[in-house]
Amino acid sequence: MKTCLVVDDSRVVRKVARRILEEMRFDISEAADGMEALERCRGGMPDAILLDWNMPVMNGIDFLRALRREQGGEKPVVVFCTTENDMDHIAEAIRSGANEYIMKPFDSEILESKFAEVGLV
Amino acid sequence: MTPQDFDFLAQLLRQRSGLVLTPDKSYLIESRLAPVARREGMNSVDDLIATIRARRDERIVWSIVDAMTTNETFFFRDKAPFDLLRDVVLPDLTSKRGGGGKLRVWCAAASTGQEPYSIAMTIDQAPQIHKGAMVEIVGTDISPRVLEKAKSGLYSQFEVQRGLPIQLLMRYFDKIDESWRLKDSIRSTVQYRTQNLLEDFRGLGKFDVIFCRNVLIYFDGASKTNVLERLAQQLNDDGALILGAAETVMGITDAFRAASGHRGLYLRNPGWRRAA
Ligand SMILES: C[S@@+](CC[C@H](N)C(=O)[O-])C[C@H]1O[C@@H](n2cnc3c(N)ncnc32)[C@H](O)[C@@H]1O
Repeated sequence: MKTCLVVDDSRVVRKVARRILEEMRFDISEAADGMEALERCRGGMPDAILLDWNMPVMNGIDFLRALRREQGGEKPVVVFCTTENDMDHIAEAIRSGANEYIMKPFDSEILESKFAEVGLV
Repeated sequence: MTPQDFDFLAQLLRQRSGLVLTPDKSYLIESRLAPVARREGMNSVDDLIATIRARRDERIVWSIVDAMTTNETFFFRDKAPFDLLRDVVLPDLTSKRGGGGKLRVWCAAASTGQEPYSIAMTIDQAPQIHKGAMVEIVGTDISPRVLEKAKSGLYSQFEVQRGLPIQLLMRYFDKIDESWRLKDSIRSTVQYRTQNLLEDFRGLGKFDVIFCRNVLIYFDGASKTNVLERLAQQLNDDGALILGAAETVMGITDAFRAASGHRGLYLRNPGWRRAA
């Protein structure tokens, strides 16, 4: 079973994402900010990370840059999932090492389509 | 709705667009025709049907036919057909043509444009196609309503997230307010025409590639045969036909044969001639 770390400061969003991803047969863990996510990754890299942008403590883009410098940090497939929906944010995310990008709101169809795009399903 | 009204509507749709309306699809009638009834100032779908049964106003008939079409589509739908285009069809055609000449592609049920534009993006990225090569993509549909949207090249945030990789969104789209607009360099490679597949389409000329996906599934057997055999006549001898995932020519016509090893790809059968 593939693992996916869901990183979002909203418990509601984490719950919705978890439900969809579990249906896609992912084993889910959660983190509420970038720092917590980084600690989880140090304990073992997941196959995929669904990543919010704006979060307290450490935001998504800072987490992503830190992750890609970690030992084994190039391995997880990172899919941004954020309300930021302009070209500048998208370009910055991709430049910083994101593999795909979802603009909120999302549903199961978008999540599945994007995960398929990067070979996760 | 009375069984008589249902039969009347089903027959009308079959004649005009080929659509086979089965009783299990009758739930679609109310949701799709209620807006037409309202637009025509009528109180209900029953009134709408009664009106055209009494006097067949062609304008209303066509808005009914249009409203009953299923326009569901998305970018790079099923993915495989576009990989086939890039990896098999284009290399084959360009090697035969020696890179010169014009390439004509027909998307025969274009709907709101996602399919012809996916073709256009695929061709734009194909290494065999030199910049400035003559490529013409023609998108047709029975519904002028969906073609208006296709021409605009404007898509919602939801639509650009179904099937379109983020790299292609970045490369080929601009954000305009809350919508995404396809760049002119891609938009201008597709021309649109209203065309009913049940009617004569010889005027469109000959093509090297025909995409006819997810439209024949709505037709009865005789209409499928009829359309496919006329499509064969618009396809150059070395051309390729690409059908939808649930569609085939098997048991429907000998005009095409399946290309071995490439699901969904069909080639002209050299021995076949259309019965006079
Ligand atoms: C489900 S969509 C498929 C769109 C696209 N080819 C795809 O596969 O995503 C079917 C389209 O066929 C069109 N259509 C239905 N009957 C037709 C006919 N008789 N002639 C031409 N187009 C037709 C509809 O208007 C609709 O846009």
